[in-house]
Amino acid sequence: MNASPETSAKCEIPFTVNGEARKVVAHPMERLLDVLRNDLKLTGTKEGCGEGECGSCSVLLDGMLVNSCLVPAAQASGANIVTIEGMSAHALMKPLQAAFLECGGAQCGICTPGMILAAVHLLEKKPEPAVEEIREGLAGNLCRCTGYMQIFEAVANAARRRVAT
Amino acid sequence: MRADPAEYKLVSPGNLQAALLVMAGEPAQWLPIAGGTDVMVLYSAGKLPNRKLINIWNIPELRQIEVFPERIRIGAACTYTALRRHEIISREFPLLATAASWTGGIANQNRGTLGGNIANASPAADSLPALLVYDAELTLISMRGERRVAYRNFHTGYKRTALADDELIRDISLPRRFSGYLSHARKVGARIAQAISKVCLAGLGQIANGTIRDVRLALGSVAPVPLRLSETEQMLIGKQIEPSLIEVVRKTAMGEIRPIDDIRSTARYRAAVAGNLVAEFLEKLAAEGTKA
Repeated sequence: MNASPETSAKCEIPFTVNGEARKVVAHPMERLLDVLRNDLKLTGTKEGCGEGECGSCSVLLDGMLVNSCLVPAAQASGANIVTIEGMSAHALMKPLQAAFLECGGAQCGICTPGMILAAVHLLEKKPEPAVEEIREGLAGNLCRCTGYMQIFEAVANAARRRVAT
Repeated sequence: MRADPAEYKLVSPGNLQAALLVMAGEPAQWLPIAGGTDVMVLYSAGKLPNRKLINIWNIPELRQIEVFPERIRIGAACTYTALRRHEIISREFPLLATAASWTGGIANQNRGTLGGNIANASPAADSLPALLVYDAELTLISMRGERRVAYRNFHTGYKRTALADDELIRDISLPRRFSGYLSHARKVGARIAQAISKVCLAGLGQIANGTIRDVRLALGSVAPVPLRLSETEQMLIGKQIEPSLIEVVRKTAMGEIRPIDDIRSTARYRAAVAGNLVAEFLEKLAAEGTKA
């Protein structure tokens, strides 16, 4: 029989989520993904592979795109987190939504929150990305429905819409 | 079975000295975690043997890139994104910047660190052949002091390293003397992002008066450790690149490696690709090496 493992104490973890100061009480090794979905009920962030390969759980952590399944909650202490729910007021959201609709960039929807956040992370740095830059920016986000071309088109289309306005 | 977070400790000392003190108190008990791109995968799958983790992600001393006239010193917890964005690294160490761009997608580049790649010690890691050809030196640190280790002596066997139980990698230092070399990097895998290499190559070379003045070759995924091709290099120094030489060297390189069959490829395929990559590098060096 294994010796009973030492248990860790839960601790209070403060951070900003979608512009709002929040606190959770969690084990430090809980995945940020689980804290967002279970404790904060922000279920827009999806779990796909759970091992950092598929990008479904993408969020922005201090402005950086990350896979929230690979972030221990304690490492998010004091951070500024943006999930798909926090994107509604973002200037890129309307052009991205319109472009994803028009180009058929979303089907089952599981990858879509991650695709949108990866696209935002790209377009904030490169407002008019080349196709190769779009492919690289979204390479960590897997989609099993669309075959990707519609998603790449949607991101290019959103960039054009935004530049035009 | 998925891990139960209640069974794992994670402490965040916040500075280097405090982190080393924790590790010195109970050597071999604390597993450092930076961006988590390796550790969290094992953890989530319930396969992480360690129950105590020490957070080194937020330690400022490990996140700096310092530029000196003779060398550049990269903090071990610098991310691939930080490497790609750094002007001197992009300009003078393109093999490292390129390898950083191959490692995972953007989200993993934002979290994965160079020191983590080294400590994780996978022979398939994309950035490690570049460190071999650039003559990287590591500074290892513990409460007992600092020591410097040539990176080529750091990996002592498959997933085994020279790191002691109470030590961290503090920085990776690269001498700034390779900007006059032709550089060539190639990864062969199922796809570039998010796919682990079947074989990857980092090569540097210089031609003077029609012959090879210096050449440096390293391969990933062809041996228990990232491998510098010393024997192959020795055969090339002072020679003129001709088709007959390329054929001889291809065989030497294939003999110098120790590839295995695994889920990603076979030993036979890897040997053939390794030979092809060395031949491709020499053709490029012959064509462009004088200009570099």
